[in-house]
Amino acid sequence: MAGGDRRFILHFDWTLFILVLVLAGIGLVSVISASYAGARRTLDPLVIRQLIWIAAGTVAMLIAVLVDYRALQAYAYPFYLLVIGLLIAVMVAGHATGGSRRWINLGAFHLEPSELAKLAVVLVMVRYLREDPPKGGWGLRHLIIPFILLGIPAALVLKQPDLGTGLILVLITITLVFVSGLNLRTMLVLAMAAMLAAPLSWHYLKPYQRQRLVSFINPQADPLGSGYHIIQSEIAIGAGGPFGKGFLKGTQARLNFLPEQSTDFIFAVFAEEFGLAGALLLLTLYASVIARGAWIARHARDRFGALLAVGLTAIVFWQVAVNIGMATGMLPVVGITLPLVSYGGSSLIAMMLAMGILISINTRRYLF
Amino acid sequence: MAKFHIPKSNRPVPLLEPRIAALTALMFAIFGLVSVRLYYLQVLHHQENVESADRNRIRIGRVPAPRGLVFDRNHRPLVDTKPSFDAQLVPEDSDNLSLTIERLERYTGGDHIADKISDADEEGRPPYEPVTVAERLGWQQVVALEAHQLDLPGVSLQITPARHYLYGELAAHLLGYVGEVTRNDLRQRADYHMGDEIGKFGLERVWENFLRGDAGGQEIEVDAVGRRLRVLKEIADTPGESIVMTIDLNLQQAAEQAMAGKNGAFVALDPRNGDVLAMVSHPAFDPDLFGGGVKASAWRELTTDPNHPLQNRVIQGIYPPGSTFKIVDSIAGLQEGTLNPQTAYYCPGGLWFGGREYHCWRKQGHGTIELHDAIVRSCDVYFYNVGEKLGVDRIAKWSNQLGLGIKSGIDLDHENPGTIPSSAWKQKRFHERWYPAETLSVAIGQGYVATTPLQMAQVAAQVANGGIRYRPQFVKYVEGLYGNIAKSYPPVIENRIKIDPDALEVVKDAMADVVNGAGGTAHKAHLDDVVVCGKTGTAQVVGSNGPSGESEEEDKTPEQFKDHAWFIAFAPKDHPTIAAACIIEHGGHGGSASAPIIHDVFQRYFQLNPPPPKPEIARVLEDASPSQ
Repeated sequence: MAGGDRRFILHFDWTLFILVLVLAGIGLVSVISASYAGARRTLDPLVIRQLIWIAAGTVAMLIAVLVDYRALQAYAYPFYLLVIGLLIAVMVAGHATGGSRRWINLGAFHLEPSELAKLAVVLVMVRYLREDPPKGGWGLRHLIIPFILLGIPAALVLKQPDLGTGLILVLITITLVFVSGLNLRTMLVLAMAAMLAAPLSWHYLKPYQRQRLVSFINPQADPLGSGYHIIQSEIAIGAGGPFGKGFLKGTQARLNFLPEQSTDFIFAVFAEEFGLAGALLLLTLYASVIARGAWIARHARDRFGALLAVGLTAIVFWQVAVNIGMATGMLPVVGITLPLVSYGGSSLIAMMLAMGILISINTRRYLF
Repeated sequence: MAKFHIPKSNRPVPLLEPRIAALTALMFAIFGLVSVRLYYLQVLHHQENVESADRNRIRIGRVPAPRGLVFDRNHRPLVDTKPSFDAQLVPEDSDNLSLTIERLERYTGGDHIADKISDADEEGRPPYEPVTVAERLGWQQVVALEAHQLDLPGVSLQITPARHYLYGELAAHLLGYVGEVTRNDLRQRADYHMGDEIGKFGLERVWENFLRGDAGGQEIEVDAVGRRLRVLKEIADTPGESIVMTIDLNLQQAAEQAMAGKNGAFVALDPRNGDVLAMVSHPAFDPDLFGGGVKASAWRELTTDPNHPLQNRVIQGIYPPGSTFKIVDSIAGLQEGTLNPQTAYYCPGGLWFGGREYHCWRKQGHGTIELHDAIVRSCDVYFYNVGEKLGVDRIAKWSNQLGLGIKSGIDLDHENPGTIPSSAWKQKRFHERWYPAETLSVAIGQGYVATTPLQMAQVAAQVANGGIRYRPQFVKYVEGLYGNIAKSYPPVIENRIKIDPDALEVVKDAMADVVNGAGGTAHKAHLDDVVVCGKTGTAQVVGSNGPSGESEEEDKTPEQFKDHAWFIAFAPKDHPTIAAACIIEHGGHGGSASAPIIHDVFQRYFQLNPPPPKPEIARVLEDASPSQ
């Protein structure tokens, strides 16, 4: 263990660490805004809880940094199985809100196993894809096992139903298979197959999910139904203008028409109050995390570390892209959190854990 | 390091590098697209979105469903729902809240508006949720608010259905009242929301689930100061179902009028099915007081009134039944065979028992009399003997059979079962054995015996119908939205005793002579064209043992020490269609205070429901006289 090594301190990734804390800070500010109910009220308990989770997440992140990421290879499958077990537990004894079962009640804390599923899929994929591909790259038959590894948790989260997490699991798997050396011809075949299969998947969507897709294409079709969130979110963001209305000055975001205003639609709250300037700053921060992740991947000492860095970065990227894409009306509404910013313990702690592993990969590139 | 997997390639990264670069490029490109979209929304369409944000404020309001109506048995409305104007305020929409409140108080004449807002906030009002600050506004107040709308940012008028009791205090205890849900209600029933109306008492409470209906919803667009612009979407409400009662409005009015100014209770049943035809408990209250938040002062007045206007004396008031209990003794004795119509006892004006004299109310005594005369003249000594022969436990057994000491099963809350003592009861209650002397008090309906007026009306009904005890019911059916019968309430037989018809006839004859014969105690209940059967009683207010207090003369006792006056009756004697009980608190004697009330109600009843002309009536009247 290199914990006491001076080089360990020296090579600690302060850039990434500070980026993570700044993003969490922006999240806290946005949660304050989203839960603000006028000057006559005291601080919402939501804010206190988010603060506690940021602290817990920071501890989790630092513990992850201390662990040699290579040790994770041995735990990839057990962790994967544990998460599958938790997802099944959710189905059996989960806590339902708003028509879907996503949480397990642990007394003080509601655990959302979907958030851990992203980490588990990354770990297990990377564990499988760490071998060099044959000449010409992965062919179709090499993808059978990744397909199964993705399929089980994806089916379970879709059953909740949690379309957002299911989508992210698919996207990170595609990313990892691509980066780890997918045969380009195979990729084309798969892309075409996916395009042909897309209309079929319509059949498997729940009515409200279909509604969201229809509303995405034409939000005005049902402005009070499923198109409502998209329209209201766009209005909130647009009303922010170039420089925003100012902290706690947003009106649109606080009229209770964004029901997930502190989680899935937190970006609308932030963009209304801090405008284009704030939104671009936030995007720049995320871009920096992604650039840093890519840099860590390129400089990792082994294929496992490199792919793990890619996978963890991909989680951040895809969630940001889908979440903001949804808030700005570019994508249909699927429930997905904005990494490190959205309110929620499971998502925050899982994400900070991921960032800790990323730092661990970077810190150890000199160590062996 | 050996424990870790050693990659085959020692240059892992160069192989991955091009793909990582491609991926990073894709990611940045997507971020670029997002930035363009943000520029489009936040710069190019900024103004448009600002306007939408200012204008497009959507409020979601619940529209309470109109509560179902209540009708009498002939479908005449007793309770309806009329629109009420309430003023609502969204504090967040008012830039100068204290000025708005000041003006609002001036226009509505209301007060404590600021308190109402802070109360609502304490209970967890979400921002922009309106607070109802003034309810049931009069027309002038509504006009004033409309005219000054521009000076009242955040204030809007809400039209809500409000409960209206067409006849004020009429049948108040039966109809009950509604009020705003309490926090306790909200905890128990998830389908209620803050500010909803809920039945609190009486029929309103018990039939809540039928009367309530389903609330609708409105999505309303309001402008920056909270004025309604338009209703965007409406989910229609479903009005509540109506209740058709068994009571007859005309009869109820007659009973209320007869009871006016008196404290006590009156109830009339149909002995053929248990229908409650009229029910009065006085003093009453005005159920309209409770809708839309009862004023604290009015509530305090009602709850601290020594006459307990909120208590339904018909089912909650328990009184010693006095001499009306002699009917129960008679049935018990006849059933057990310890008594027959020819059983005779000598009444010298009192009875020595256990070293003490138990008086008859008539000091000079009744001489030797049989059952018929003992009932007509209400001889205490006769029934001391009947009681002593039976013993307390057999009296208790037949009291219970007749529905005394147990709840009648009427669909009202807080029914008091009353008390019918027995040796087991006394052992349990006082850990003491029963003394035979106590049976004498029980036999004349004093001592531990306590009954409700409803129970005594049931006793009269069972004599009338030959021993069938129906559950008293005051709802005939629930009427659905399309006039259909959604739920009906067929008669329920709680108990049936077989009484020898000849023996029963003796009791009935005697009860007819109480009203119509010489020496009867209730001539004031006499009707010209119908034979009324009855029995008077006096419930002693002070002192527990002693004579039943029957007397032909008015006494001069001060009001608060005067006895409670009972009268139970049914009519016509043959094929009876109405049975009733009446108690007038501190009324003195049943014959003088309660019998006239039953007289008035029965008279009205037979005006409304003329009895078929029967030749027997004349004969019965003639038959009744010689038995004196």
